[in-house]
Amino acid sequence: MVKTTIPEEEFTYPGSTGCPGCGANLVMRYLLKGLGGRTVVSIPACCWAVMPGYWPSNCLKVPLLYTAFEATGAAISGLRAAFDVKGVEDVTIVGFAGDGGTVDIGLQAMSGAAERRTDAIYVMYDNEAYMNTGIQRSGSTPYGAWTTTTPVGPKHEFKKEPKKDIMAIMEAHGIPYAATVSVAHPEDFVKKAAKAKKIKGFRFIHALSPCPPGWRMNPTQTIEVARLAVETHYFPLYEIEEGKLRITRKGKGTPVSEFLKLQGRFSHLTEAEVDSIQKTIDEAWKRLLDREGPEA
Amino acid sequence: MRMVMTGNYASAYGAKLSRAEVIAAYPITPQTSIVEKLAEFVSSGELKAQYIPVESEHSAMAACIAAETAGARTYTATSSHGLTLMHEVLMWASGARLPIVMTNVSRAMAPPWSVWVDNMDSIAQRDTGWLQFFCQNNQEVLDTIIMAYKICESRRVMLPAMIIEDAFILSHTSEPVDVPDQEVVDRFLPPYAPELKIEVGKAMGFGSLVKPDQYMEFRYKDMLAMKEAAERVKAVEKEFKQVFGREYGGLLEKYMCDDAETVLITAGSVAATAKDVVDAMRARGARVGLARIRAFRPFPHEELRALASKVVGIAVLDRSYTFGAAGAMFTEVKASVYSCHKRPVMKNYIAGLGGRDITTKIISNIMDDMAVAAKRGVEDEVEWVDVAGLPRRWR
Repeated sequence: MVKTTIPEEEFTYPGSTGCPGCGANLVMRYLLKGLGGRTVVSIPACCWAVMPGYWPSNCLKVPLLYTAFEATGAAISGLRAAFDVKGVEDVTIVGFAGDGGTVDIGLQAMSGAAERRTDAIYVMYDNEAYMNTGIQRSGSTPYGAWTTTTPVGPKHEFKKEPKKDIMAIMEAHGIPYAATVSVAHPEDFVKKAAKAKKIKGFRFIHALSPCPPGWRMNPTQTIEVARLAVETHYFPLYEIEEGKLRITRKGKGTPVSEFLKLQGRFSHLTEAEVDSIQKTIDEAWKRLLDREGPEA
Repeated sequence: MRMVMTGNYASAYGAKLSRAEVIAAYPITPQTSIVEKLAEFVSSGELKAQYIPVESEHSAMAACIAAETAGARTYTATSSHGLTLMHEVLMWASGARLPIVMTNVSRAMAPPWSVWVDNMDSIAQRDTGWLQFFCQNNQEVLDTIIMAYKICESRRVMLPAMIIEDAFILSHTSEPVDVPDQEVVDRFLPPYAPELKIEVGKAMGFGSLVKPDQYMEFRYKDMLAMKEAAERVKAVEKEFKQVFGREYGGLLEKYMCDDAETVLITAGSVAATAKDVVDAMRARGARVGLARIRAFRPFPHEELRALASKVVGIAVLDRSYTFGAAGAMFTEVKASVYSCHKRPVMKNYIAGLGGRDITTKIISNIMDDMAVAAKRGVEDEVEWVDVAGLPRRWR
């Protein structure tokens, strides 16, 4: 049997109401493995507001505070303040929100919490659109994607704007730790979560979370698509610790078309459009490598 | 100890004496001196609390909700646009059954911009499930904050409360205020000890999804809690009087109402002016009285019905207006009184919006107008008072 570094203890019960092949299920599972049981999770409106199950059922083994859509940053601030005033120190406070709840409606509250140096971990599970409401574009939907509010139609339309660079936005807040993680690389994921847990202050984790219904993909290919996102440099794995960037998985640089072609949301793209996506990815990857500098 | 202080400082002292543990607040005119004072109390160590300088009022309330769910006593303060920005999370606070206490410095809504008093902001929140106390003076502001924690934290209530002080008229006007000793307040108000709270290591969900076959029962329980709150307001005030020697009339304060024929019903600081008018008119032999709606939520239905069955005319003075209807206090008073066997004649007066003065002259003119309407009948049920361009002169 292969021995992994991932803790065996589970902090989620079976019975989440997530869709078959849901990446967000794994994001929560790996995150809690990295953080352990002395964690309190706050979740705004998003898929994970539904996935724990109907009251009184709950598939998490840690306390869970639901909040309004835009309120995650404020909720984790309130939780930390309450535990501080009560003298409870060994607790990890987590805000766990989708991409819409983070880069769009929740951006202000999160920015405030980061600026106040709130001692909490904010995790954005990024399925690249408003999936819980039925696949509407968000500020985190990538260029080229079909969504129900960016229909392709007879005029060959789709989302024309690139996704917000949330990692850059959070880094600009001067936070001590930010990392990207993927469900295809659980060891890297759990290690980063455990590392984040040990750091004080506002920490940010950006998890790519494949969504089979929203990405129009086969639910058995969640891990494959997530892995291709890393291999193609569509979603590089890296961490920024006290301003120092380190790429944790280089990837082969597989053509992005391999990642795109498994997803119906990109099926309308012409060769030229795929090429332009490739060019953007290559440029971003080069910037990332330059930023990392020569390896020690 | 007697001190001279503004309504805003009375709010800050009220929160301090109640030992608020988490304060999350965002500045807005004319609330700012409340949170400045509290920041000072926390910074000097006079108040052992966490102060979260949030980036919006929405976040202020959301942070209070989270902290209160984790078992901390919380306080915030806001005004007008800040309060209305909170609207969504105000409902969250009551739905989650969190006894948060907040001061709202009641100010008009823009546009046009106005930083002065009217009650539109508070009235617009009447359906959020909060207890709403309209205060008449600075002492009442301080005392009501302490009482509100005790009322709201009782196990069968567990609802939030809004303490409403009129912008500038109370917020920035200094009056002598008796500041009770901390030990006495501590005996009156024990630490917050909720039945359920977030506990590390314990799997619990707060605010989960429910199905249609479960939702209504939650709202039904909220309704019962608000009914219980009406009883607690009276019971806690009785206890407060025994300890501190002051009382405010429960849900509805009645002034010279026993043998009154015409009664003015209003809320907030204007009630103090109206009491002077009642005194002056009484001196001339007029049988007039004043009833002050102290709690708009829970609404004083029983008290109003008892009052209405004894008088011939009721004038309701609203410092806000519900467009397409009438003043909210008027419609609610009218609805309460409808089931009385003998109903008085009623009329609604809209006055004092955006900080316009409601003078003693205006109030006595309203009382006279009402006395005439009670005899001859009502022409215009809702009358806008002291508005330029209208034929009637009120000043």
